[in-house]
Amino acid sequence: MPAKPKASADPADATHLDLDALLHDRRTRIIVCCGAGGVGKTTVAAALGLRGAEFGRRVVVLTIDPARRLAQSLGLTELDNTPRPVAGFDSEAGGSLDAMMLDMKRTFDEVVEAHATPEKAAQILANPFYQAVSSSFAGTQEYMAMEKLGQLRTRAAEEDSWDLIVVDTPPSRSALDFLDAPKRLGSFLDGRFIRLLMAPAKAGGRAYLKMFSSGVTMATTVMSKILGGQVLQDVQTFVAALDTMFGGFRERADKTYALLKNPETAFVVVAAPERDALREASFFVDRLDEERMPLAGVVINRIQRLAAPTLSGSRALAAAEQLAEVGDGSESAPLTEGLLRLHANLAETAERQEALARRFTAGHPGIPVVEVPAAAQDIHDLEGLREVGQALTAP
Amino acid sequence: MPPPAAPSHAGVRLHIVTGKGGTGKTTVAAALALALTRQGKRVLLAEVEERQGISQTFDVPPIGHDETRIVHERGGGELYAMSVDVRESLMEYLQKFYRLGRAGTVLEKVGAVDFATTIAPGLRDVLLIGKVYEAAGRRQGGRHKDRPVYDAVVLDAPPTGRVVRFLNVNAEVADVAKVGPIRTQADSITRMLRSHTTAVHVVSLLEEMPVQETVDALTELRAASLPLGAIVINQVHEPLLEEAELKAAASDPAAAGTAVTADLKSASVRTSAAMVAGLLEQAREHAERVALQQEQEAILLAQGRQVFRLPLLPEGTDAGGIRVLADALTDQGMI
Repeated sequence: MPAKPKASADPADATHLDLDALLHDRRTRIIVCCGAGGVGKTTVAAALGLRGAEFGRRVVVLTIDPARRLAQSLGLTELDNTPRPVAGFDSEAGGSLDAMMLDMKRTFDEVVEAHATPEKAAQILANPFYQAVSSSFAGTQEYMAMEKLGQLRTRAAEEDSWDLIVVDTPPSRSALDFLDAPKRLGSFLDGRFIRLLMAPAKAGGRAYLKMFSSGVTMATTVMSKILGGQVLQDVQTFVAALDTMFGGFRERADKTYALLKNPETAFVVVAAPERDALREASFFVDRLDEERMPLAGVVINRIQRLAAPTLSGSRALAAAEQLAEVGDGSESAPLTEGLLRLHANLAETAERQEALARRFTAGHPGIPVVEVPAAAQDIHDLEGLREVGQALTAP
Repeated sequence: MPPPAAPSHAGVRLHIVTGKGGTGKTTVAAALALALTRQGKRVLLAEVEERQGISQTFDVPPIGHDETRIVHERGGGELYAMSVDVRESLMEYLQKFYRLGRAGTVLEKVGAVDFATTIAPGLRDVLLIGKVYEAAGRRQGGRHKDRPVYDAVVLDAPPTGRVVRFLNVNAEVADVAKVGPIRTQADSITRMLRSHTTAVHVVSLLEEMPVQETVDALTELRAASLPLGAIVINQVHEPLLEEAELKAAASDPAAAGTAVTADLKSASVRTSAAMVAGLLEQAREHAERVALQQEQEAILLAQGRQVFRLPLLPEGTDAGGIRVLADALTDQGMI
């Protein structure tokens, strides 16, 4: 896989994830950042985008739900579903940087409009059922993120504009939802029950209907009892209107899925050094492997680093206790004791995180990993993102 | 205006715990449930996103739709757990309201269950929260027929971004069902959710994004007339150094370095210039973190809710850690 970053020269360090190599490799056209919620996916995506642009890549960053100040730092003051240029980055190398925030409903509307006659599109958009699906269907956000990615990729090729698209994935219940949602929506729209509901309208469906007819009648009766007859009617109109688009939906979902499998794509899994986040990362890595998706590697974000690594935590604690016992020590003794206790605390955290990270690497031999130290401050400007970019790519 | 939460949450029977992803809302829900259990209560801890967070937190086998006892306290408290399954909830619902034993199977066969639970997100949420509602309101029957089965129910709810939609079942079903039993069910759930026996607690970290989301969530919950509970601040870095000491060290790092080196030597620690500089650097970063925390804490304190603090456990939150956090909640008088 060409997009896979080259293993570093030192064989002992063969599993180091080299994100700079990935960004420099012009064959990398799409970077997908995925992982559990709260691990810093958006920040990593934005930092990679900025770094790529400052290398001279023409980058667009697609974010899903950025923190307010991070969004502001990227110039994303409104959610208008269109990439906007980011001000303040260093364009000396000839790169460019655009960013956008996903508007899920609007993207869905656009898909409908692109695939149906204006008359039919209007009918679909007005259907109450469509409104429910397009704004709250579990998985719509993931599906639309994929759709948007497909659109950006097509536009990039047509206009020869962006040569790198960095995508941040939605804050799903599970990171895997991003891969599963499009299929789920597709299979839902192609679902048996919907087909059965539509069957009377189709000549070919008759035999099928007959076989299941008593069951279906019963099912529809129960459904109207629970939901009310109007709902089923709305569903039927909606499905009828969408019918011509079914193929389109399927095809698009399949196409974007294929794009993700293409070696021009690189998945970067982001995790925090915590049990749950690493477990999610584990699932994701296994899944990507299983599906032969181009996994670049894993970022273990916000690792506790020690500035005084030569002193062990237990030694620090023992010394702190000794100082406290002496009592009438020097004037600076309370400060020193505090420094030692803080160090013991940090060392314990660092040790636990290291153990978790080690267990992760041991469980996934050969998967490139990079560990990124925790920043003392929150990130909300380009300078902060630049620092994250440096930390991400430090050897 | 929503009814104000009582100063302590003694009268609350349904605790709903939400928070931004990564803030540890499952941990806090677990700690709260355990704290209630340790008071000798019979408690149910429920999750609704099939994440198996409870089983991982308590290190017990995966939990299903059936309520399973996971903790038994010597004092008599019992903690039950369940991971609500939407299909099973629908089946139970059909059975209860329509006595549809066979129809349930047929519905399943033609894919209608899948259909109903995926397509109508509102329906899905009504079923999930409906199951929690049922458990919270369940009576013992027999001699103690009016006594509730559970003294308290703790719900590990969806994260802040989705929680209001999840709890606002009335608005959700308004789109799909204007009359009929689903509507009635939604109405009774809403009545319970808005009553003073329910409290929605929001978990936050002292970082910018989680604090912002907490503030937003409180506003949204208020607008939806849901009864606000407490703000629980998780993973608080306790200040380990006095501010005065830090200031002194920062104003003259060279002198501080010399003094600290001497202290370390007196405690027989082998020192190096790099190590002492490192210790002071860590203190500076710690001070920065603490200052940032204070800034964020002030924003949370200004929300007019009770605030409870849980320490960052350097050893992590395994089953033992949950007990430490549970005790912290009890000691601070949350329940």
